[in-house]
Amino acid sequence: MIAIEDLDISFGSGRNAVHAVRGFSAHVAANESFGLVGESGSGKSTVLRALCGLNANWTGRIVISGQNQTPRRERSFYKLVQMVFQDPYGSLHPRRTVNNILAEPVAIHRLGDADRRIDQALSDVGLNRQFRFRYPHQLSGGQRQRVAIARALILEPKILLLDEPTSALDVSVQAEVLNLLRRLRKQRNLTYILVSHDLAVVSNMCDRLAVMNHGSIVEKLTAGQLKSASPTHPYTQQLLVASKGYDRTAIDKFVDYA
Amino acid sequence: MSDTKPLLTVRNLSVDFPTRVGLVQAVRGLNLSVGQEKIGIVGESGSGKSMTARAILRLIPLPGRVRADELSFDGVDILRASPRQMRAIRGQRISMVMQDPKFSLNPVLTVGKQITEAYRVHHGSSESQARQRALVMLDAVRIRDPERVYRAYPHEVSGGMGQRIMIAMMLVPEPDLLIADEPTSALDVTVQLQVLAILDDLVTQRGMGLIFISHDLSLVASFCDRVVIMYSGQVMEVCDARDLQSAKHPYTRGLLQCLPKIEAGAIDLPVLERDPAWLEAHE
Repeated sequence: MIAIEDLDISFGSGRNAVHAVRGFSAHVAANESFGLVGESGSGKSTVLRALCGLNANWTGRIVISGQNQTPRRERSFYKLVQMVFQDPYGSLHPRRTVNNILAEPVAIHRLGDADRRIDQALSDVGLNRQFRFRYPHQLSGGQRQRVAIARALILEPKILLLDEPTSALDVSVQAEVLNLLRRLRKQRNLTYILVSHDLAVVSNMCDRLAVMNHGSIVEKLTAGQLKSASPTHPYTQQLLVASKGYDRTAIDKFVDYA
Repeated sequence: MSDTKPLLTVRNLSVDFPTRVGLVQAVRGLNLSVGQEKIGIVGESGSGKSMTARAILRLIPLPGRVRADELSFDGVDILRASPRQMRAIRGQRISMVMQDPKFSLNPVLTVGKQITEAYRVHHGSSESQARQRALVMLDAVRIRDPERVYRAYPHEVSGGMGQRIMIAMMLVPEPDLLIADEPTSALDVTVQLQVLAILDDLVTQRGMGLIFISHDLSLVASFCDRVVIMYSGQVMEVCDARDLQSAKHPYTRGLLQCLPKIEAGAIDLPVLERDPAWLEAHE
């Protein structure tokens, strides 16, 4: 479904150049859920932004659904690929009602029948009709993220790119959103790429994952390998130790993988 | 630490905000005593944990109202202290690391200027002395190039670094009690643990008290000595951190269960069922 080969992304030029992603290659099969894990600045979100066309400045090869992608994307691309962002407090327009937010993609893609589609999209994410005429500030964080997911799903895409979809939410709400995303993938045979810094979230959501550090992949794992705590690269092992909680003696052994 | 007198005693604290739609009770009837130990306050957003921290420093803005049967720090009655007394306490005796470095650092002053300001105000030391202290502290919070960061403005550093700068700034005056309001939520896991190790060492070496506010239950369980679990402005449960896994209150259990776990893999997570009776039982 998605093939990425030798993806390289830099920002800036000359002395200020930042080489954010170096030689990233990955293949994601249809109906698979693939996780990208890493600490801040490791380039995981940058990969996602290049995939969905938000960043045009890359070299390498991106093939999505059999089609070679150029930095510029056609409108039909967005019917296939949609993205859900990290912060539902920032990704919804504060002066638009939920109804307006959901009607816009339908209008852009001239799908028609907006009324039915909006109702359907809302009920798919577990919100009832009453939410249509609310503004984002009248919703809780979890409800906002559901609206953001509904906005992505209203075009019936095949691929969903998820950039830390639950890191701005409380754990109780996170559980609801993760359950929702897992159910939707099953129902609609969606393909996910999920970016997260939380190994537990990735273990809960993904079949396979890549661990990134400083723009390159240090290790690719299956969910099973992550569960049985058998990663081989020391960086991944350190991440695993860190995600187990506070342990004074383990911390002194931490190495900087800069 | 039952043998020594607690540093901070809070009895029946409540914080209210009158609003157009009636009285919002942000904190209701909270009891807390802090000695030379690490206390964790855990709860979801809106549970009143930050308001508790602010009330301790008397930083609740008007029209908010703070009432308590007792709110005392080292013999000083916080509710009746004069502004001058409060200024002597804030920063020097009790300091607070706020959540978001973007809003808590002064954008027009360099990092070094802001850190040394706190130290010089409270210790009356010379500029070079304060500079030395600041650089040592920046190094202690694992900032790789303290000299460069000392001269930088807040917008020139990353969020994680900003958070570490905040922590350094609050530790420079060597407070007796540090209130840390989600101090590490913007940091990567490994850096987060390293910063916690610094705080931990200060508690054990200098006998500092620490109130650690967080939404991360598993982190608090492994880091703190005691944990206070708050929900909707009320304390649901107080327990020793090592006993948290066997906590009794349904809210605590619900919070623990809805965390995804690496070993569990792709399973449906239990969703927290909220019970209105949790709030009535305490009134």
